[in-house]
Amino acid sequence: MFESYLDIAIKAIFIENMALAFFLGMCSFIAVSRKVETAIGLGSAVIFVLTVTVPINNLVYAYLLKPGALAWLSPSLAEQDLTFLGFLTYIGTIAAIVQIVEMVLDRFFPALYTALGVFLPLIAVNCAILGASLFMVERNYNLGESLVYGFGSGTGWALAIVALAGIRERLRYNHIPAGLRGLGITFLLTGLMAMGFMAFAGIQL
Amino acid sequence: MQRSASYSILFAAVVCLVCAVFVSVSAVSLRERQNENAYLDKQRNVLIAAGLANDDEKLTTEDIQTRFAPIKSVVVDLATGDELRGVDPQTFDQRKNSLDPETSRAPGKNPAGVQRVPNRALVYRLEDGDAELALLILPIEGKGLWSTLYGFIALDADLDTIKGITFYEHKETPGLGGEVDNPKWKALWTGRRAFGEDNEPRIAVIRGRAGPASEDPYRVDGLAGATMTSRGVGRLVRFWLGDDGFGAYLNTLRRAEVKS
Amino acid sequence: MANPAREALIDPLFNNNPIAFQVLGICSALAVTTKMDTAVVMSIAVIAVLTASNFFVSLIRNQIPTNIRIIVQLTIIASLVIVTDQVLKAYVFEISKQLSVFVGLIITNCIIMGRAEAFAMQNPPVVSIVDGIGNGLGYALILLLTAAIREIFGSGNFFGIPVLPLASEGGWYIPNGLLVLSPGAFFIIGFFIWILRTWKPDQVEAE
Repeated sequence: MFESYLDIAIKAIFIENMALAFFLGMCSFIAVSRKVETAIGLGSAVIFVLTVTVPINNLVYAYLLKPGALAWLSPSLAEQDLTFLGFLTYIGTIAAIVQIVEMVLDRFFPALYTALGVFLPLIAVNCAILGASLFMVERNYNLGESLVYGFGSGTGWALAIVALAGIRERLRYNHIPAGLRGLGITFLLTGLMAMGFMAFAGIQL
Repeated sequence: MQRSASYSILFAAVVCLVCAVFVSVSAVSLRERQNENAYLDKQRNVLIAAGLANDDEKLTTEDIQTRFAPIKSVVVDLATGDELRGVDPQTFDQRKNSLDPETSRAPGKNPAGVQRVPNRALVYRLEDGDAELALLILPIEGKGLWSTLYGFIALDADLDTIKGITFYEHKETPGLGGEVDNPKWKALWTGRRAFGEDNEPRIAVIRGRAGPASEDPYRVDGLAGATMTSRGVGRLVRFWLGDDGFGAYLNTLRRAEVKS
Repeated sequence: MANPAREALIDPLFNNNPIAFQVLGICSALAVTTKMDTAVVMSIAVIAVLTASNFFVSLIRNQIPTNIRIIVQLTIIASLVIVTDQVLKAYVFEISKQLSVFVGLIITNCIIMGRAEAFAMQNPPVVSIVDGIGNGLGYALILLLTAAIREIFGSGNFFGIPVLPLASEGGWYIPNGLLVLSPGAFFIIGFFIWILRTWKPDQVEAE
């Protein structure tokens, strides 16, 4: 059983990297990767949010939404299929968790809070966060697997953004054409990193 | 604008109520139409796999029903390979059976990522005038990249030559893995052979080019840029044609053929 | 009202493009631009949801308590997307199958949330609608251009109709496989930004 957890974690971090293989969470990925410090901050926040939201959404799906899930409430509800409410409920839990993270950062790490700016509440709409919950439902993970998957996919995303920030910091002393400076070169860089990570696609665990 | 806590709670409750009503009303009122669309789409796909309809043909409900008329739906027991003529195929819900642990089993770790196999499955038989099998259409499913693909594969009367393949439900990337829906790719399957000499599933989806069906009968070109989806398709086809899937049923049919 | 409305409509096309300047809405720009038809449907869906969400958020902007505003915006957006998904499944089943999971990901399309927070919360409903349409069009512009390049040079088709005869079918064109893969989309958008900023140097970032 331990191997299957390790399996899920390694796949989520490298082979099915949220940012570089599935291209989820791109907006904050590109916008917050100027400095390694802020990238580490956002990456950590994403790891935390994912590790908490994926298992919680797993419980929500198992006990509220999936066909027959409501049977524990009353046998007459066993026929109900509330999967269409999936998007709303997952986003709801994610938004709630992000709100809490925001309050914690504001109180205990104000410098990071200011540095992240508008991208902190935007973690709630980070497609990687919603995407991870949707994958978890699709693959029928149980609670333990959801926890590992949340942690793994967050780590993968954080790894990617910190790597990109590292490269961008180095690039500051290069002569980049004016039109490409900043956003443009970041797109090209991310494309190259994505190509690099495609090498992992063939790995079988 | 700062407001009191009770105002916030009240506001939130009202917004939730309005949105929930809005969403539920649309979901419930459109559900009939969606189910009908899904059912007709499934039938249409059985026809496409069997080569009785083309992807780009615009078929009305009547067209689909007419063309589907000669096809017999039969429930089979996957473990024994027997046809269960007593079970009503109209009310049989294979997907529901797969989810219920009473009517399904876990096949153990397999390359196709199939998590549950129902004890019984619904197959489609096209029979000729003498009630001999002309085409067998089997439901198949398995993991792609983003989602589980659900489809049909049609085998000729020799239970080896592939007549066609199609997927009626999946959530793969549009333009990449989603190209499993491209008629040109689907056409690559026609005429290939599914089984090797020992009746083990041999058909595979490969990277790079495969020759034409007459020269390269066991291999199909993979989709450019969609390695995971292509691999998934190859694996799920082999799973369902093998012992964990319809293997027992196909053996039953082969024994019957040898006898007759 | 003519001027702010006009500005809201035209600005997001080149001066303040959601993808190329505001850095929003990138995920779907990469994922659904392999073919023109999926890009078109996605653009229409985003314009519709963006306009409706801007309208509703703007309508109740003075009543929303600050501390729950993000969740309220999200709830409205998510509901609109679910309804859009339901309508697509009921009336254009084939297309909804092609877009599959990406319709759901419209909820997390940062443009919608970004405009709700940055514009609809501070402006009256009518101009918010125009802002929604404007940003939606800016998004659609990049999407359609990227999809056109990726489909024509990546697979030789345009809306599924062959325009460049493929070598594999007896023609002369060998499709550029890189364009069909997602890194290709990154490169294309990167070059668009370069061209856009050479045309409008005020968007160039400081050293």
